[in-house]
Amino acid sequence: MPPSAAPDGAGFDLDRPWAVHPQVALRPERFGALAYHFGTRRLSFLKSRTLLAVVEGLASHPSGRAACVAAGVRDADLPAYRRALATLAASGLIRQRSRP
Amino acid sequence: MTMTEAPPGRLADQFQFGLDAPICLTWELTYACNLACVHCLSSSGRRDPGELSTDECRAVIDELEAMQVFYVNIGGGEPTVRPDFWELVDYATGHHVGVKFSTNGVKLGPAEAARLAGSDYLDVQVSLDGATAEVNDAVRGPGSYDTAIRAMAHLAEAGFRGFKLSVVVTRHNLTQLDAFEALADRYGAQLRLTRLRPSGRGADVWDELHPTAEQQRLLYDWLAARGERVLTGDSFFHLAGYGEPLPGLNLCGAGRVVCLIDPVGDVYACPFAIHRAFLAGNLRRDGGFASVWRDSELFADLRRPQTGGACTRCQFFDACRGGCMAAKFFTGLPLDGPDPECVRGFGEAALAARGDATPPRPSPDHSHRHGRGGGPVPVTIGRRPPAQSLIDRGTPSGFPGPLRACDQSPLAGFQPSCPS
Repeated sequence: MPPSAAPDGAGFDLDRPWAVHPQVALRPERFGALAYHFGTRRLSFLKSRTLLAVVEGLASHPSGRAACVAAGVRDADLPAYRRALATLAASGLIRQRSRP
Repeated sequence: MTMTEAPPGRLADQFQFGLDAPICLTWELTYACNLACVHCLSSSGRRDPGELSTDECRAVIDELEAMQVFYVNIGGGEPTVRPDFWELVDYATGHHVGVKFSTNGVKLGPAEAARLAGSDYLDVQVSLDGATAEVNDAVRGPGSYDTAIRAMAHLAEAGFRGFKLSVVVTRHNLTQLDAFEALADRYGAQLRLTRLRPSGRGADVWDELHPTAEQQRLLYDWLAARGERVLTGDSFFHLAGYGEPLPGLNLCGAGRVVCLIDPVGDVYACPFAIHRAFLAGNLRRDGGFASVWRDSELFADLRRPQTGGACTRCQFFDACRGGCMAAKFFTGLPLDGPDPECVRGFGEAALAARGDATPPRPSPDHSHRHGRGGGPVPVTIGRRPPAQSLIDRGTPSGFPGPLRACDQSPLAGFQPSCPS
């Protein structure tokens, strides 16, 4: 499964609107969060609370980038978050939504 | 996502201190079972008169929902023989708690298969311990092979793709791994292999049934070649010393990210440790599941850094962490020593050095009193259901602190497959 999508996040459009898949449940943890996809029955670990904040904010921001900024991700860290989001998208945990 | 992006060790380091709620929770609904598998982890057979009522089970589910436990692994005994089984399944999925249950297939007809196929929140594991009736029935009892195959056929006909064919690996079926894979493919299932543990009645047959050292190596290579295509319930982390870790958390999650609720509400550290030494508390006596999970002294102890004893000096300690606690306990080995199936052979030496000491006996025992008509023949082979491993005799390293996105990927993941 997934490391499929480009490991560098290439092909992932940070400037489009994204949202958590409706079949995904998130559970905050000290280290970040657990994310479980009931459709694929796959468990993922979000390894920082910031990433959790980004993911939770996706639905209410016009783009992935805006969600990152709102969660306090610094410019220098954007590539890492972009890769993480790309991986989440490749696993179906998040998906594009129509423009707000 | 892939574990390769995040060394499992890092998450493992965090998990050893425990989570506010389990990731994988096994819940055995009843000790009643139509079979009498020689290696039954829970020594099942007869229903216990003290088993949780339907209302008590609903209360457990309410707690799991509040704790955000994503799904529960239901087993037994044979859980589907409880008259309220489907009612409880519906209650759980209606309360955002997914259900994966293990069954020998006895109650899985076309209607049940259709019901399962229709829900994303239900998954099923059909237990089969031989790719042929001869090998399977020696462990699980006459007719059990046909029952399981029939259940799988119903699931396939109902269009359920990806249910699990769950196999406990033994000395006698290790030569059938390819055949199991073919069987799973034939019915659109995913193969799941777990470790034979000396728990429950498994203690009686482990010596004759557990894979030989040569077989363990073959098993590791076979699993390593298949990656995530074959699930293992994290069963085989004790083999990690052979090379790269197999997919999964690769740690003992007992009392940290895993536990067992038994039919009478006793909470144990893991599904392979039904013994008072690993009893954390009871739902009825101790204020419910969440209280036991959070406040049990046993769990607090398991969540403290463990000493690995002599194993810490081994070059493979980081990989296997000393192996499975339950496997050591029920073979009479010290918990801070090697796993009985240690890849370097230290376990065999430790077993030989036990002398006449009697290993702890599993308790309680709900086995059918006089065997069972049509039940397994406890003679030649022993067998046991899925196993998992748990121990992570973790290193005494400190909590790794917040992870920085710039030095590693902020996520990791895998398809979890709980112990039982």
